[in-house]
Amino acid sequence: MAFSDTLDTSKKASALRNSARRKRSQAQFIRWLLLFAGGIAMIMPIVFMLSTSFKYPFEVYNLNLIPEEPTIENYTYVLEDGRFFGWFTNSLLIATITTICNVLFDSLVGYVLCKYTFPGRYIIFIAILSTLMIPTEMLVIPWYLMSSAFGWLDTYWGIMFPGLMTAFGTFLMKQFFETVPDDFLEAARIDGLNELQIWWTVAMPLVRPALAALAIFVFLGNWTAFIWPLIVTNSQEMYTLPVGLTTFSVEAQVEWELIMTGAAISTIPTLIVFLVFQRYIIRGVVMAGLKG
Amino acid sequence: MTTVSLNNLVKSYGDTQVLHGINLDIQSGEFVVLVGPSGCGKSTTLRMIAGLEEISAGDIRIGGDVVNDMEPKERNIAMVFQNYAIYPHMTVRKNIGFGLRTSKLSKDEKDARINEVSGILELTDLLDRKPNQLSGGQRQRVAIGRAMVRDPAAFLFDEPLSNLDAQLRTQMRLEIKKLHQRVGNTIIFVTHDQVEAMTMADRIVIMKDGHIQQVGTPFEVFYEPANIFVAQFIGAPSMNMLNGIVKGETIALDNGTSVQVPTTKLSENQQVAVGLRPDALLVQEGEGLFSGEVSVIEPLGTDTLAYVKVGEKEVIAKASGRTPPAVGDTVNLHAAPEAIHLFDAHTGEAIR
Repeated sequence: MAFSDTLDTSKKASALRNSARRKRSQAQFIRWLLLFAGGIAMIMPIVFMLSTSFKYPFEVYNLNLIPEEPTIENYTYVLEDGRFFGWFTNSLLIATITTICNVLFDSLVGYVLCKYTFPGRYIIFIAILSTLMIPTEMLVIPWYLMSSAFGWLDTYWGIMFPGLMTAFGTFLMKQFFETVPDDFLEAARIDGLNELQIWWTVAMPLVRPALAALAIFVFLGNWTAFIWPLIVTNSQEMYTLPVGLTTFSVEAQVEWELIMTGAAISTIPTLIVFLVFQRYIIRGVVMAGLKG
Repeated sequence: MTTVSLNNLVKSYGDTQVLHGINLDIQSGEFVVLVGPSGCGKSTTLRMIAGLEEISAGDIRIGGDVVNDMEPKERNIAMVFQNYAIYPHMTVRKNIGFGLRTSKLSKDEKDARINEVSGILELTDLLDRKPNQLSGGQRQRVAIGRAMVRDPAAFLFDEPLSNLDAQLRTQMRLEIKKLHQRVGNTIIFVTHDQVEAMTMADRIVIMKDGHIQQVGTPFEVFYEPANIFVAQFIGAPSMNMLNGIVKGETIALDNGTSVQVPTTKLSENQQVAVGLRPDALLVQEGEGLFSGEVSVIEPLGTDTLAYVKVGEKEVIAKASGRTPPAVGDTVNLHAAPEAIHLFDAHTGEAIR
């Protein structure tokens, strides 16, 4: 009797285990399916971009992924067009300077807000954070009026100035500096460093992952920025790459193959930046408690 | 080497005063330990000496000069922190040499100083390692090395051994003591561990609630505690304390027993506390001070601690490690008359 009871219990337990395992694997299958669908949805525009860049104009509106008559003529045309290099250089220059400025200024402000106690600190922090809630579209008009008043229209400075420091970067860096123990800074203070040296020599190296993550965010943001550079620039020489690419669409026709070729080339620097810093960005995003 | 003096040192955070007029003179080359429970103000005092906390009132003098308004770097002191504060992105060599960044020494002189210090602290083979490749004890030595390399007037240690395991703590305790004997600098050391204080200090400063309770050598604070707090804080296990009232030649204790003590400084019906250190209260044959039933025993090897119920109170006594009493035994407890400490029950001050 006792033995059969034990057997029954064992069978029940085994059945329960199997059922639980089945449910787990079903759930996992659904998860994978969703991820796969998400992956496809994300990668398809890039695949079409690459595919279109190897097509002749007549084939652009065919949705085949592999061109019937592949060509590299589009690349030759875009690379031989002198304007493209100008836009590329503009974008690179603007994204690089903006990134460097953000890394320096955001971390400096974040450091001060985090590590120093002074009247109004909290209010300043809230004021900076509140700017995150204002959409870019609303800021464009005051930026334009400001640029116009200061004679910054159609200049590098005009394109760059709104993004030289960001509320998001300041917030991110402040949060990261919270993880730096005060003992490090006090030890350096006793060792005779001034406050700027402490920030640069001690605090900054300790938040390197955050700096890398911030650098990538800012670089990508500025590399792909469209609305503000479009508004503030007038001459083609001052265009950034995303703005310049729009010149391939004229009233009569849109030269998609050229736009896609330019876009494909423009992804190269971002890919390089991302590949070099990806371990930092992942660590940085995880440390910041943000979702990627 | 230098003297450090604190004169009526006060620290307030808003309306809350945490240090209430600390007076302390530390001699040149002295090893002074500030000890007390959490929140007693010992770390705040140390940080004020270092210049990391502002002084609300009073003076701090280092080498005779008032340093109240001096920056930490101008005070010529070095500090070792509880969590080492060695920079994870720098090698041991850079960490030790960090204190010399602002020095006017030549590179060769700096290297020579780093090599000398790393030699003293047995870090020579680890100079090119990063902190994450070091053990806790090695990291602590690097932190000490960074402090030593500047040859400061005084060293400040803020609970530097708290993060180490028991064995390493004992080892580092010895190393710091040897180091002090070797270099002879003034050391101010903060700890909450009375064993560290007793084993390392030339003088111990016992603090509670922002007041100094007693300043004295380890011998003095152990054998001549100034008040009940010091008596119970120093020594492990804590001193047994029994309340009583003076009745003629004896003190009637609230556990129903009485002890005979010299009562020249006591007045009739005065309420007192009678203190007896567990290692002075011995389980022995024959009629003693008290007798009671053993409720718990703690074998420690050489000795055994016996928790004995005497009347309503439980006291801790020392018994032989080889032939300990058993739980439930009735034992006699003996103490030499000179081992009995008397305190005023109201003020807590020692009666001598």
